[in-house]
Amino acid sequence: MNGAQDAVSETGSTMSGARLASNGSRTSVRRVWAHLATGQKTGALMIGALILFALLEALLHPADPALQNLDNTFAAPSWGEPLGTDQFGRSMLARMGEAVRISMFLGLLCTLSSALVGVGLGVLAGWRQGAADRLVSFFVNILLALPGLVLILLMAALAPGSLTMLYVAISLVLWVEYFRVVRAVTRTAVASPQMQASRMLGFGTLYCFKRHVWPAIVTPVLTLAAFGAANSILALAAVGFVYVGLQPPTAELGLMMVELFPYYSDAPWVLAQPVLAVFLMIFAFNLLAGRARR
Amino acid sequence: MIAILLKRLGQAAFVAWAVGTVSFLMMRMMSSDMAFRIAAGRYGYDNVDSAAARAVSEELGLDRSAWELYLEWLRDLLHFNLGDSLVSGLPVAHEVGHFLGHSLFLAFVALVLAALLALPVGIYSAVRAHGWFDRLALFASTILRAQPVFVIGLILLLVFALELKLLPVAGFYDLRFVVLPAVALALALAAVSNRVVRHSAFDVIHSAFFRFARVKGLSYGQTFARHGLRNMAVPVIAFMGIQLVSLIEGIVMIESLFSWPGIGHGLAHAIFSRDVPMIQGAALAMGLIFVGLNLVIDIACYVIDPRGRAQA
Repeated sequence: MNGAQDAVSETGSTMSGARLASNGSRTSVRRVWAHLATGQKTGALMIGALILFALLEALLHPADPALQNLDNTFAAPSWGEPLGTDQFGRSMLARMGEAVRISMFLGLLCTLSSALVGVGLGVLAGWRQGAADRLVSFFVNILLALPGLVLILLMAALAPGSLTMLYVAISLVLWVEYFRVVRAVTRTAVASPQMQASRMLGFGTLYCFKRHVWPAIVTPVLTLAAFGAANSILALAAVGFVYVGLQPPTAELGLMMVELFPYYSDAPWVLAQPVLAVFLMIFAFNLLAGRARR
Repeated sequence: MIAILLKRLGQAAFVAWAVGTVSFLMMRMMSSDMAFRIAAGRYGYDNVDSAAARAVSEELGLDRSAWELYLEWLRDLLHFNLGDSLVSGLPVAHEVGHFLGHSLFLAFVALVLAALLALPVGIYSAVRAHGWFDRLALFASTILRAQPVFVIGLILLLVFALELKLLPVAGFYDLRFVVLPAVALALALAAVSNRVVRHSAFDVIHSAFFRFARVKGLSYGQTFARHGLRNMAVPVIAFMGIQLVSLIEGIVMIESLFSWPGIGHGLAHAIFSRDVPMIQGAALAMGLIFVGLNLVIDIACYVIDPRGRAQA
């Protein structure tokens, strides 16, 4: 995945994030919001709008995304079908709703689990060092020997069309990023004079973690998480696009693109919908991750 | 230097083992289904029945003990004996070799194009930092990187091949066929790397040694050529190593889109038809290319910057 390169160009990250971190865990949602840069707020709003669309579609629009109606193919957008219909006369509104739900759900789930594993192991390896560090670092080194997407493709091939397998594969590729960053930051935090002082004053491990380690890792982890969500959405669409991911008739954005591509001249607006949805999701998460300012 | 070589060699060995094990598991997990699909791949979906599937299963020895097969599988892998493609029946090594040439050609053209795009744009953005060109480059990069590489390819395909009919759509017969896939890959790569070039060049231009060279009387151009380029090269080349991931991933996508007869297309196609030896061969080749290119990057950094040598 390209998370690493993003992290490289974004290591500056946001000033607001660093301030947020130093304020500790007392921050309420409103205070977090006040610290976000304008671009990050835009990204958060876009993600909110996409999730709202996906949820409202499920609640208010009872159409089946796989139901075909061959008399009504490529209907132009109308009041009944605001997004038109596809080559089998299926409701594009229902399909886009399902596709955005799958992508968002998978993206957030992968981000959550890879962040938990990566941060946990990263803190462990950076703090304890020694054998634990060498063991995990060894696995990381071998994981990095294959490009992420190739690994995901191989694992997807083990269980064709399985969302669970895609979830495991994408999370397996993503956690490495958190591990590497968190391990490096934890090492410096643990070696810092402040931490040494706390240790000598007799404060426990949990206090030291909360006071010295957590504030140092929270900002890079949030940045990585936003990129991680974008990358997992991208990976899902990518395996769908090469026909290895989820199988028809599931509405999946990458799969929809290949399926609709032959009809681009008949109904360009239908092909544009999954393309636009992928673009908006990745763009929104990239905005949320923030940008280095110089 | 030796340490770099050893590390990459270890990774190469891992790639071989991981790819071998995953493809073996694949073989075991889908043995019944697989015989059927291989038969379908050979004879076409309409001509397959369970008898044909059983025949395939017996021919390939799919019913022996798992450990025996696994060890045999790994031993074959060590001898680079990749077997025959289950679909075409041709030796995998031969097919992979054929794919490899096309992929390396595409990757090379894309990298050169990306460098031709990213270096001038990045350096000019740094020289005129915060000016309109810098902003425009940032805007274009942001839009491009929010786009999966296959969407960039899709749009290029629609505009230049299907609407304007300037370039061929897919396949590979002469040099005109490389233009669209290579440009799509290069745009995706340059979208990120021009910003890295800009940051790196910006740091160099605002460094003390750069100002000193100017003060002692060198012209801007001379200063940049003598003190700027080499100093900005290390972060840029190190970053290219990270970008190799996107290059290889991009190749899988772009080759599938443009039916480019390369290793990525071969891999996706083999996965789709469950052609396990082909999956193994293609994934192995991609992993080894990746490790090899990383080694080249390591050595380049080692040669350009003597400072890191003590640690490396």
